[in-house]
Amino acid sequence: MIITIASGKGGTGKTTVATSLALSLAAESPLFLDCDVEEPNVALFLKPTIEERREVGQMIPEVNFDKCTYCGRCAEVCQYHAIAVVGEMRSAAAHVLVFPELCHGCGSCTLNCPTEAIREVLNVTGTIERGSNGSIEFGQGTLNIGEPMAVPIIRQLKRWVIPPDHGARPIILDASPGTACPVVESMSGADFVLMVTEPTPFGLHDMRLAVQVARDELGLPVGVVVNRDGVGDRGVDDYCAAEDIPILLRIPLDRRIAEAYSEGTPLVEALPEYRERFQALYADIEKLVRETKGAAQ
Amino acid sequence: MKQLVILSGKGGTGKTTVAAALAHLASQEMPIVLADADVDAANLELVLDPVKQEEHDFMSGQVAVIDAEKCIACGLCAEVCRFDAVMEEGEIYRVDPLACEGCASCFYQCPEEAIRMQEQHAGLWFRSDSRFGPLFHAHLFAGQENSGKLVTLVKQQGRLLALDTGAELLVVDGPPGIGCPVISASAGADVALHVVEPTVSGVHDLERIMGTTDHFGVPSLVAINKVDLNLTRSEEIVAFCTEQGVEVVGRIPYDTVVTEAMVRGRPVTDYADGTVTEALEEMWSRIRERLLSDGEEQR
Repeated sequence: MIITIASGKGGTGKTTVATSLALSLAAESPLFLDCDVEEPNVALFLKPTIEERREVGQMIPEVNFDKCTYCGRCAEVCQYHAIAVVGEMRSAAAHVLVFPELCHGCGSCTLNCPTEAIREVLNVTGTIERGSNGSIEFGQGTLNIGEPMAVPIIRQLKRWVIPPDHGARPIILDASPGTACPVVESMSGADFVLMVTEPTPFGLHDMRLAVQVARDELGLPVGVVVNRDGVGDRGVDDYCAAEDIPILLRIPLDRRIAEAYSEGTPLVEALPEYRERFQALYADIEKLVRETKGAAQ
Repeated sequence: MKQLVILSGKGGTGKTTVAAALAHLASQEMPIVLADADVDAANLELVLDPVKQEEHDFMSGQVAVIDAEKCIACGLCAEVCRFDAVMEEGEIYRVDPLACEGCASCFYQCPEEAIRMQEQHAGLWFRSDSRFGPLFHAHLFAGQENSGKLVTLVKQQGRLLALDTGAELLVVDGPPGIGCPVISASAGADVALHVVEPTVSGVHDLERIMGTTDHFGVPSLVAINKVDLNLTRSEEIVAFCTEQGVEVVGRIPYDTVVTEAMVRGRPVTDYADGTVTEALEEMWSRIRERLLSDGEEQR
């Protein structure tokens, strides 16, 4: 079962909840992926041993100038302006420019080249790694600094680490903040999206947007963890009641939790009494997923 | 005109709180323009009480749409799609608009010309008036792509208005992360202010965001939020910044008044006096000094 941890707003406690959930389920050998490839933080808390690393990125066009006729077909079909033909056709000044940071790696230029002058080569934009900490299997992606596109890294991390026949094994994905394409990629294929929010106007505003993505666009069941409960106002509670979204766990505002976090100590290690609460959270999610699947059939 | 972008790498460290406070403080001294560049989770409007003056559609990106009448189910579209966006559905094929990246590869390969590319209504952008100056903000619809383009649009509109009206400062509230929206928000900035919390993840993420702005040649300043949460980590940040030649312009203490002000929908400096407000005032005077001295160097 794949659970994606999201929030909309950053800094609400996604990584705290995801790490504590994975550690509390150690007996079930969970798979834990850090999909926040722009700012991956899970490893700071889980402290896994990295066993394997791969460079990843996108396939970008490379032009064979012996075959190229500078016809401009590649530039015409490219929707991202990632390839341009400059200078007059067949003149000495003619040239084809490739802009790797604009390329989405769709391969359309290769397919449309009439003289088969384009082949694709890997443009490295990040790394994916896998490892473990005890029975917890871990994977993370890291976008190289200065690179714009997070989605290909997340996509390749998921393909590499998540087995196709994962069955009932708990798989936990820690997503990035926001609601745009990297978050959609982290949610797609999930069985459940767990929203971690704080009970403030910012937390509520951004979680609503994340719920729109998970529940309304992707049709996934969602549940909420209210972190720093007691700070702020009643907005999140009222919203969840009105939208019929279950609040599955409340973590009170507690300076000990914030201090443990600041040192990279997972919540369930600082306060072991939370272990059972996270196990109960997982049991609740399993039940909600079963109910959703039952209703769909 | 100077452009200040507020960033953090890690989300939720207090970018918007700082941006709203700086907007309030700066606007008392000079005409300013504001832009909220966090278009997938825009929050500045929640504390600036803006009144919308203009609303525009943001059309961007395309998705492939398969005409069921013309589709002969040859499957070529699914074969060429690198984004797993084309699915077999009964006798025909269908495109998942959320997975489609609009590359048009299928459009060009379809032998029956059964595919058309449809432009997406991806969001809205607004020009509003706030008590502290004009605000440009946007709303990217759920799950849409091209947030970088919308960020650029919002920021450019702010820049143009600032230049047209002779405003001295454009304050850009940036998105979290280091990817395309952040790169778009930082382009053209005179200074990036990184808001960081004294935690292991805060320190880790600061190094990455500072690396990103360095890469694009934007000078950095740092503000430590909740400085007293972990004094050892705060010292570590100061040492790192000293090593990098980056000035720590702000040390903001932890105080629940920040959340109270947010709940009331006001910048904290406009809500309460106290140590947080004093720290933000001190920070603004240092940022102002830095922005103005840069101007003198240029002359």
